[in-house]
Amino acid sequence: MTLFKTTAVVLLVLATAACTNPDRFGAGRDGGAGAGANAGMGVGMAGSASDPTSPLFFNQTIGDRVLFAVDSSTITPAGQTILDGQAQWLLTNADYRAVIEGHADEQGTREYNLALGQRRANAVREYLVSRGVPSSRLQVTSFGKERPIAICSEESCYAQNRRAVTVLSFSAMTS
Amino acid sequence: MIKRLLTVLMALMLAGPVMAQSGPLRLTITDGVIEPITFAVPSFEAETPAAQQAASDISRLVVQDLAGTGLFREVPATAFISQISSFVQPVAFADWRAINAQALIVGAVTVNGDQLTVKFRLYDVFSGQELGQGLQFAGTTAGWRRMGHKVADAVYSRITGEGGYFDSRVVFVSETGPKDNRQKRLAIMDFDGANVQFLTDSSSIVLAPRFSPSGDRVLYTSFESGFPRINVLNVANVDRQQLQTAPGEMAFSPRFSRDGRQVIYSLSNGGNTDIYRTDLATGQHVRLTSAPSIETAPSLSPDGSQIVFESDRSGNQQLYIMSANGGEARRISFGEGRYGTPVWSPRGDLVAFTKQNAGRFHIGVMRTDGSEERLLTSSFLDEGPTWSPNGRVIMFSRETQGAAGTSSMYSVDISGRNLKAVPLPSGASDPSWGPLQP
Repeated sequence: MTLFKTTAVVLLVLATAACTNPDRFGAGRDGGAGAGANAGMGVGMAGSASDPTSPLFFNQTIGDRVLFAVDSSTITPAGQTILDGQAQWLLTNADYRAVIEGHADEQGTREYNLALGQRRANAVREYLVSRGVPSSRLQVTSFGKERPIAICSEESCYAQNRRAVTVLSFSAMTS
Repeated sequence: MIKRLLTVLMALMLAGPVMAQSGPLRLTITDGVIEPITFAVPSFEAETPAAQQAASDISRLVVQDLAGTGLFREVPATAFISQISSFVQPVAFADWRAINAQALIVGAVTVNGDQLTVKFRLYDVFSGQELGQGLQFAGTTAGWRRMGHKVADAVYSRITGEGGYFDSRVVFVSETGPKDNRQKRLAIMDFDGANVQFLTDSSSIVLAPRFSPSGDRVLYTSFESGFPRINVLNVANVDRQQLQTAPGEMAFSPRFSRDGRQVIYSLSNGGNTDIYRTDLATGQHVRLTSAPSIETAPSLSPDGSQIVFESDRSGNQQLYIMSANGGEARRISFGEGRYGTPVWSPRGDLVAFTKQNAGRFHIGVMRTDGSEERLLTSSFLDEGPTWSPNGRVIMFSRETQGAAGTSSMYSVDISGRNLKAVPLPSGASDPSWGPLQP
């Protein structure tokens, strides 16, 4: 068993303070830092919202996300209704998998919010599994407070950010 | 890069009679309010024509470092009665006493090609003695800031009796863009914000870098796979490797052991987050906590025997200490609010933390038994303290409120004095302060 897999191209640079180019990467790659969060892996907006087998129907008509109370990972009654719809859709459309992304609002420390987001995503996963969705089709991740969708510093925004989003994927899962 | 040559100058004799001062030049750093030591730095002598600029720059940097601590106050050159035109000329102490400069720092710089040499002497003006011996540093002209920091570190150390922290670097997350599309890149800088270099691009989120004890590697959390994973990055060549994590698991919040051979970190699986330790050479890992609650942000004591961490096992985030091998933990935080991101001080006596209470965030310190809690800052969102190598200063992130909120890094003395922003051209968060450079 090897502990490491090398993921980087080796760039040889000077380690001293004499290094002349502070940015050996040039500009960041097309500003793609959002990759992953709500990216939908390319299927998010496919189809029509009126076609019950389309991902768009899943995202918009059923609802791809559930919201949470402060520091809580308990699925609310409103959340249960949405997740019941998600489970039914996933059972009908067996070719789809999903990554459930947990998020937190900014009122917390970084590491704790990562763990809290994981807890929320996992609560959604367990709910969907309890409704019959095979656990092998569901993965969870957490972005903590790194990817807010509403950016004001008030409860109206925080409430939208405390969420778990079920992101559909048509292809085989990788991790 | 820098070799130390002892310039033999004169014998060190501190036994002589003391004049206006009640003792030799000495500043004991305490938590109370202190009267800063006054110092004068005549512009360092340029011993070669090419050294003019470096001599001036290095003198200013020494002033900036010392004055920046809040423990020293510069006597400006406009007040000088006598000038120092030569490194070897005898010092007219009466002229420096007259302007109430307690310390006098005299230096000289030589430049030959791209080689730069700086030497200095520190005088205790009121006792008319040299404090310590003359010291000389050599390096490249491009590395002039490091040599200035080395001079300032030596002065700080001789006067306070404690290690310095100026010739050190900080790894951090450089931030640009709005809150809902923030670009994050790993970057490294000198402690004062100079010489920023990027270590990653912005193609995926990076979080919370942590220096190895020797400063050669950095642990950080990366989202390049879509899942939080821990990378180990070699600072010199930016080669990076990923800590092996099973599918379905999230790994984050890493820190090196004191010998740099092991990593303690958090692993999340099935909604539960616990603390683990992995040996970097063998890949062998040990689970250190096994509670259904969130256990994260582990930090080792300097002797490696204990771990301070945060857990919400009581219902909300609090600080706990356990043996480095896991087992029973004892809670140390009992004040109002929530406590997170504990970091053990390099001296071993204090734990720095983030406290969240009544809608405000604070950086604070407490003793390792939880007593003598002291809040050093207060703002909309302060978090993530890191210690200076000598345990006297804490750097942290501060995010401002609202849709246009941005993050910057600040430093503050553990006394709570001398709060100031680290000057950087863009946003910054998650500092990790590395060791004093060799």
